[in-house]
Amino acid sequence: MTTATLPSTAAVGLARGGIELRQFFRQKDQVIFTFTFPAFILILLGSIFDQTYPTGISVGQVFTASMIGAGIVSTSFVNLGTGVALDREDGTLKRLRGTPMPPTSYFVGKIVLVAVASVAEVVLLFAVGAVMFDVSLPTEAGRWFTFAWVFVLAVISCALLGIAISGIARSAQSAGAVTQLPFIALLFMSGVYIPVGDLPDWMLQLGSLFPIKWAAQGFRSVFLPDSMMVQEAAGSWEHGTTALMLGAWCVIGLVLCLATFRWTNRRG
Amino acid sequence: MSAIQVRGLRKSYHDVAAVDGVDLDIRHGEVFALLGPNGAGKTTTVEILEGHRGRDAGEVSVLGTDPGSASRSWRGRIGIVLQTANDAAELTVRESVRHYAGYYADPAPVDDVIEQVGLSAKAGARVKSLSGGQRRRLDVALGVIGRPELVFLDEPTTGFDPEARRQFWELIRNLARTGTTILLTTHYLDEAEALADRVAVIAGGRIVAEGTPATLGGRSTAKATVSWTTPDGPRSTLTDTPTALIAELSRGGELAELTVTRPSLEDAYLDLIGETT
Repeated sequence: MTTATLPSTAAVGLARGGIELRQFFRQKDQVIFTFTFPAFILILLGSIFDQTYPTGISVGQVFTASMIGAGIVSTSFVNLGTGVALDREDGTLKRLRGTPMPPTSYFVGKIVLVAVASVAEVVLLFAVGAVMFDVSLPTEAGRWFTFAWVFVLAVISCALLGIAISGIARSAQSAGAVTQLPFIALLFMSGVYIPVGDLPDWMLQLGSLFPIKWAAQGFRSVFLPDSMMVQEAAGSWEHGTTALMLGAWCVIGLVLCLATFRWTNRRG
Repeated sequence: MSAIQVRGLRKSYHDVAAVDGVDLDIRHGEVFALLGPNGAGKTTTVEILEGHRGRDAGEVSVLGTDPGSASRSWRGRIGIVLQTANDAAELTVRESVRHYAGYYADPAPVDDVIEQVGLSAKAGARVKSLSGGQRRRLDVALGVIGRPELVFLDEPTTGFDPEARRQFWELIRNLARTGTTILLTTHYLDEAEALADRVAVIAGGRIVAEGTPATLGGRSTAKATVSWTTPDGPRSTLTDTPTALIAELSRGGELAELTVTRPSLEDAYLDLIGETT
C-alpha cells in the first residue's frame, strides 16, 4: 500500500491550464475564429470608416478600444461556450470524471486558458490599433486601474456565461451557433460595430442589458481621451454602472453555471 | 472480501427498469465479463459501479467503498477505459499519458505504460492521427496509468478488425497477469471466452446465468453431437457418452470426417437470453 498523497487541486488545475493552452493554440479553426476574428473585423471596419471626430480621434481608434472589449468576450464567452460543449461531446469530461482529478481543477484550467488567451487577444488588438490607427497606451495610473477591473470583471462574467451556455447547447456543433448568434447580434447592438450614436434607442437599451456594451465602453474610457465622453449615450464613461453591470453578470453567470453544468450529454 | 459486491441493485428510467435486482460478486484478481444484448442493463450497471450514476435500490461495494459517495482516493484506485472518447485530439500520446499521470498519487512510469500498450512508436504522434485500434490502446494507457486495482472495460473492441482484436486481447491478458481485477462488458462471445475467468449473462436487467465460459448455461454437461460420414451420407448422433460411441463405431475402421461438438458459448448464450438458434 502506498502512502503517497494525491496532487493538490491547484497543481492539477495549473497542469490542466497548460494542457488547455496547448490544445487551444494547436486547433487552427479555434484560433482563427475566436482569436484572430476580432482583429480581422477591426482591420476591415477601421479601414472602411475612415473619418475623424471633431476631437481629433479617428473612428479606427474608437473601434480599437471597442474591439478590445469584444475580443475578450470572444476569448472568454465564445471560447468556453464551444470549448466546454466540445469537452462534453468528445468524452473529455466523462474521462476526467473517472479520475481523481478534483472538479475544481477543470475550471482552474479553463480560467488559465481564458486569462492567457484574453491577455494575448488584448495585445493583438492593441498592436493592430497601434500600427494602423495610431492608438497609444494610456499613461495615467487611473486608466490602468480601470483597464484592470474592466478586464477582470468582463472576462469572469463572460467565461461563466460561456460555461452556462455550453450546457444549453445540445451538441458541440450547435454550440457554435448558440454562442455566435448572441455574440454577433450584441456586437451590433452594443456600439462595437456601429457607434452608439447611430443606434436606435431601443436597440441600445436592449444591448445595455448585456456585458459586451459595458466591456466595450469600459475600454473606450481607458484608451480614448475624456473629450470623447460626449459620444457615449449617457455623455459620461459611467464607471459605476459598468462595474455594477459586469459584477451582476458575474453573479448571474455563476448561478446559471451551477444550475446547468453537466458532465455528459445525456440526462440522468 | 470481494473486489466488487452487488446485492439487489435496481435502477429505473421513467418507470422502466433498466437494472432489476442484480447480484454480483467479483473476486480480486479476476477477469469478469458481463455479457448481454444491447439494452440489457450492462452499461447502466457498470456506470453505477464506476460512480457515474446513482441507483434506486441495492447495496454496492467496489473496493470496499460505496461508489455513490466515493472520494478522490477511491477514484485513484480504479481505472475506467472509455468506449467512445475522441478527446485530446491535438495532444501527443506522451503528453496525454503524462498529463493523466499527474492526477494520481503514485502513477506508473509514463514511457513504461506507453510501451505496455504498444504505442512506443507513436509516442510523439498527435492523438488525432491514431487509428481506431491505437486510439483504444491509448484509452487503456490512460485507464491504467494510475496503477489501478480494478479496471472497467466497456465494450473495448467494438469496431476492431480481427488482428487488432487479437492484439488488444493480449494487452488485456498482460494486464490481468499483473493481478489487476478487470470487469469487462462485451457482446462478443469469443471475447468473453478468450479473456474471462468468469462470465455473467445479463438480460432484461437481471443476471440470468453465471459461471466459467466453459460451463455457462450447462454447456459442459450437455449432450455431445457425434458426426461422421458414411458411404450413404452424413450421420449424426446426440449422446451422453461420445467416447463409448466412437469406440464402438471405430471397430469398423477409420471414420470419415469425425467430429464431436458440444453447444458453443453462442448456443448457450442465445438460449439464456431467450433467442432461438
